[in-house]
Amino acid sequence: MSRIGVFICHCGENISRTVDVARVAAEVGKLPGVAFSTDYKYMCSDPGQTLLKKTIQDQKLSHVVVAACSPRMHERTFRKAVEAAGLNPFLCEMANIREHCSWVHENIEEATVKATEIVGMMVERVKKNRVLPTITVPVTKRSLVIGGGIAGIQAALDIADGGHEVILVEREPSIGGHMAQLSETFPTLDCSQCIMTPKMVDVANHPKITLYTYSEIELVEGYIGNFQITIRKKARSVDEDKCTGCGVCMTKCPIKKIPNKFDCNLGMRPAIYVPFPQAVPNTPVIDRDNCTKFKTGKCGLCQKVCGPGAVDYEQEDTLIVEPVGAIVVATGFDLYTIAEKPKGSPIKGYGEFGHGKIPDVIDGMTFERLASASGPTGGKILRPSDGKEPKQIVFIQCIGSRAREKGISYCSKVCCMYTAKHTMLYHHKVHDGQAYVFFMDARTPGKSYDEFWRRSIEEEEAVYIRGMVSRLYQKGKKIVVMGSDIAVGVQVEIEADMVVLATAIQPQAGADTLAQKLGISYDKYNFYSEAHAKLRPVECATAGIYLAGACQGPKDIPDTVSQASAAAAKVMALFSKDKLEREPIVARVKESACVGCFACKKVCAYGAIEEKEIRDRQGNLVKVVAYVNPGVCSGCGTCQATCPSKCVELDGYTDEQIVAMIEAL
Amino acid sequence: MHTEKPKNSFEPKIIAFVCTWCTYAGADLAGTSRMQYPSNVRVLKFPCTGRIDPVFILKAFQQGADGVLVSGCHPGDCHYIAGNFHARRRFAAFRKLLEFIGVDLNRLQFSWVSAAEGGKWVEVVTDLTERVRSMGPMVEFKELAMEEQWSGTIDTPELKEAYNQI
Ligand SMILES: Cc1cc2nc3c(=O)[nH]c(=O)nc-3n(C[C@H](O)[C@H](O)[C@H](O)COP(=O)(O)OP(=O)(O)OC[C@H]3O[C@@H](n4cnc5c(N)ncnc54)[C@H](O)[C@@H]3O)c2cc1C
Ligand code: SF4
Ligand code: SF4
Repeated sequence: MSRIGVFICHCGENISRTVDVARVAAEVGKLPGVAFSTDYKYMCSDPGQTLLKKTIQDQKLSHVVVAACSPRMHERTFRKAVEAAGLNPFLCEMANIREHCSWVHENIEEATVKATEIVGMMVERVKKNRVLPTITVPVTKRSLVIGGGIAGIQAALDIADGGHEVILVEREPSIGGHMAQLSETFPTLDCSQCIMTPKMVDVANHPKITLYTYSEIELVEGYIGNFQITIRKKARSVDEDKCTGCGVCMTKCPIKKIPNKFDCNLGMRPAIYVPFPQAVPNTPVIDRDNCTKFKTGKCGLCQKVCGPGAVDYEQEDTLIVEPVGAIVVATGFDLYTIAEKPKGSPIKGYGEFGHGKIPDVIDGMTFERLASASGPTGGKILRPSDGKEPKQIVFIQCIGSRAREKGISYCSKVCCMYTAKHTMLYHHKVHDGQAYVFFMDARTPGKSYDEFWRRSIEEEEAVYIRGMVSRLYQKGKKIVVMGSDIAVGVQVEIEADMVVLATAIQPQAGADTLAQKLGISYDKYNFYSEAHAKLRPVECATAGIYLAGACQGPKDIPDTVSQASAAAAKVMALFSKDKLEREPIVARVKESACVGCFACKKVCAYGAIEEKEIRDRQGNLVKVVAYVNPGVCSGCGTCQATCPSKCVELDGYTDEQIVAMIEAL
Repeated sequence: MHTEKPKNSFEPKIIAFVCTWCTYAGADLAGTSRMQYPSNVRVLKFPCTGRIDPVFILKAFQQGADGVLVSGCHPGDCHYIAGNFHARRRFAAFRKLLEFIGVDLNRLQFSWVSAAEGGKWVEVVTDLTERVRSMGPMVEFKELAMEEQWSGTIDTPELKEAYNQI
């Protein structure tokens, strides 16, 4: 006979405000098998846990149900406490009467009845719980970082400085991400390249970092501590070991006029190219779509001029498998392009403000390239259409952001600040020019941020107009911008030479596909979801995977770097152990009942099910049955629901446990 | 927020079978966001919708559920790579079977609710509860359960004929 102890938590008032906890304790106390039941103010607090441990020992409890918050919050806490009291941790279950009850219902009677039933279900379930041994698995102390922007670079350097190997995978030919494109950075206006390139070089030189650029994640297998990553290294057409980075090939390449994505298509590059002079690695790549050799078979000039013979037209994609124990995802962001609507995008409002139609309407990143000393104009602010210096410039904030009806309801967080920065950079370079900013609000929380924004108005003479632009059109060489100044209540019309749109920050293209490979969750915009918005902001719900930078939500550089270092600290904590305890939620086969149909093997996405031969004493084959490799099984239970002879069982989720819950209704 | 319900109105029992990674987390989010929904639903947590055996649904109806919800990760988002695809195929066949034996499929709802969709969880639960409330109690399976208990009372001519053939 079981001696179950039930502990009902008030959670301060969070539960007890709508659930009559004393009544729940009294009601469940009457259930067969329940030896003890009580309610307590804060079960997770130190005295709460002490009460739990002491009662287990005093009352000689055999099972425990803690009715409190979500098991996603505190299951570990209570299982640890139960274990400390000498009971197998898997004999403890949580009943979720906060997130699933007290917080979502107002009627005390209804909530109390529901809470009683929820606890009752868990009481019946826990009776069927079995003692499960903890499974320990080794930890591979190497880590994968996906994305080589400032987030990925910082995380990789921190982990590598901590003494562990890092595999850094970047999709583009060079690391650097968006920060490498920026001119100067708020709130201090230091030159982005000057603070970024040394870090890029550190990555290239670090003995513990292996860098794969122009590469993508093909496949992710395994679980925390034991992932197997297949990386597709795309054919660069240049041998990285032989290339000296002299750049002769690029000067000789006859194709010269390909818009350079790094320069937001303002500058041109050859078919064999590095995206920017400070690229890491400084090894060119051949853009096969635009190379004459690949298109027609002729040319081959770069191969002829290359001294070390590094150009290799025959090179193919290679697949590399790397075992790692932890993964940091740092794939960053992209700018919302209103010039054209990407296929399948749920976001409306494309083609507004003449973006993509009027050449002198540009986005913020393009302005960064114009302002950058190493950019296509050498740092001169010149408008794309005729190369003239714009004397009147209009900045429009919140393009796409905070426009729920158009599909994006969030604030992109960095645009207020970078627009203020743009007005300053503009004023520094075009002394007789005038900058206007259309804005809804100025959001400048952050150390020294508001001071920075004020400086743009008070010292750099930017004119801020609170209101949105209603219409914008080309008139001769000018762009007429019409809008309202809602602070003063007048219509304004500005004849501008150039317009800069602060377009919304969105996750990188393909963010969802990558998430699916990793098995991590993401929101409706494709930003990756953290395990807990406040308390676990850099971890994914999927164990062993961590988040850094703008892939999790719009972020500036200081926040990105902090999060990257935090993710690195999490990885270091994981790597401080040689072995890891993992949940013993794995499937087992009742070999006597298995008929060897292997329906389970077909549905197991992890390849955890093997064929096992059963032989008699003479060594004759009796039958072949399914065997689940507990090291590989992830515990989804698909095999169990599939097995026609009901001989696979998932520990922790057995038919017995589930039916007991249904019957408790 | 709370709408007055007419007295003695029928309150359906709804059982939800959900996966831990997406829908359970989505329901948690509805809680942390203090959204409100009818209290009729009881949630059973599974690692994955792939673990949900159709027998559980039958069992739930038999135990007196008036409506059943099965919800997991969106297609492609399964934490276990493809468990929800297997579940989808399994339930597609199962629905046909239920329809064949005469269960009104309006009592059984399948949905995808992600960890970020607290609002969608509220919508799905509210819609199903209201729909089932208007349909009235599910009696077919309860009678069956009774029969099981008192196996002996065979009162329909069809059952009698079938019985005689055995
Ligand atoms: C116009 C503009 C101006 C800004 N100015 C400032 C400023 O002055 N100060 C400031 O603090 N912040 C500024 N920011 C914000 C700043 O750019 C970001 O905070 C920062 O770049 C975020 O870094 P990240 O590494 O997260 O992302 P990213 O810089 O986007 O890097 C992500 C990297 O991951 C790679 N990647 C993506 N997907 C994959 C994949 N599937 N596989 C492999 N690799 C992948 C990308 O190629 C990229 O290299 C500005 C932003 C904009 C748009
Ligand atoms: S490929 Fe050859 S020519 Fe081109 S940069 Fe490398 S070494 Fe120089
Ligand atoms: S529970 Fe079954 S199907 Fe799922 S991973 Fe384990 S063996 Fe494979």
